[in-house]
Amino acid sequence: MKFTWWKILTVLLLLYTVIAGLLNDVPHLAILNETIRNIYFHVPMWFGMIIILTVSVVYSIRYLRTPSIKNDAIAESAAKVGVLFGILGIITGMEWARFTWGEFWSNDPKQNASAIGLLIYFAYLVLRSSFAEQQQRARISAVYNIFAFAALIPLLFILPRLTDSLHPGNGGNPGFSSYDLDDNMRMVFYPAVIAWTMLGIWIVNVKTRLEIISYKLHEQHA
Amino acid sequence: MLKYLLILLLLVTATSVTFSQTTEATSVQATTNTGNAEIEMADILRRDGKIYVVVAVLVTVLAGLIFYLIRLDRKVSKLEQQFKS
Repeated sequence: MKFTWWKILTVLLLLYTVIAGLLNDVPHLAILNETIRNIYFHVPMWFGMIIILTVSVVYSIRYLRTPSIKNDAIAESAAKVGVLFGILGIITGMEWARFTWGEFWSNDPKQNASAIGLLIYFAYLVLRSSFAEQQQRARISAVYNIFAFAALIPLLFILPRLTDSLHPGNGGNPGFSSYDLDDNMRMVFYPAVIAWTMLGIWIVNVKTRLEIISYKLHEQHA
Repeated sequence: MLKYLLILLLLVTATSVTFSQTTEATSVQATTNTGNAEIEMADILRRDGKIYVVVAVLVTVLAGLIFYLIRLDRKVSKLEQQFKS
């Protein structure tokens, strides 16, 4: 394994996020109390998911232009890690909601929309497994990936802002950025986003290399 | 390509942090409420020093996950080197 600069940075930023996230000062707000520190963990899951799924769709488009094992491997690995981050984001959100909104699932527009978005990507994974032939699988799932990503954008960013919602930033609520996220928190929040995203990208990197080497070894023996 | 994404992200962060620092004067009064004694925070946990236990637990979990990831990374690197030779 190469001890690249970004891997070391990832580990350092993750440690910083956890340590500073718990020990630094945060605003004293009603209802939230200490749970406001979840911002360093729940929100970066979603930021990371969007960034990694963007990588996935970019490589899907690249595959359609230049069919190669590498492009398909990155698209698939990134989609899987993106889905993982999305699942973690929903679970951490549910845990947070239980104690601040009163219930695990309040049919909040963003909760519903993110669940739908995740189901669309689950379907992508099922679609991939339904093809035996590699090129067909890669091509058709690449097209589906584009539609899946295109559906994600209005689901997550547009729909929740149009209706009533408990999420900060939607339904007329002030976003965390203007009222509750003070500069102390920003000092930890932005590095946290970078740290969790880079962790996701590290995992995508390892998965992709494993996929490519498995394919090459398989080809060698065949 | 992914590394350029990281550099872009770092640049965006750097610029937005500098901007957020300049707009501190215009932020709403209610934001910096750190001294408010009416709202319950985990002050007892901090006074007893137990917050450091929480930190230690989380750092342990994180370290475990990172070591596992490094182990996987090394295994894949070994396979790649085997294939090249």
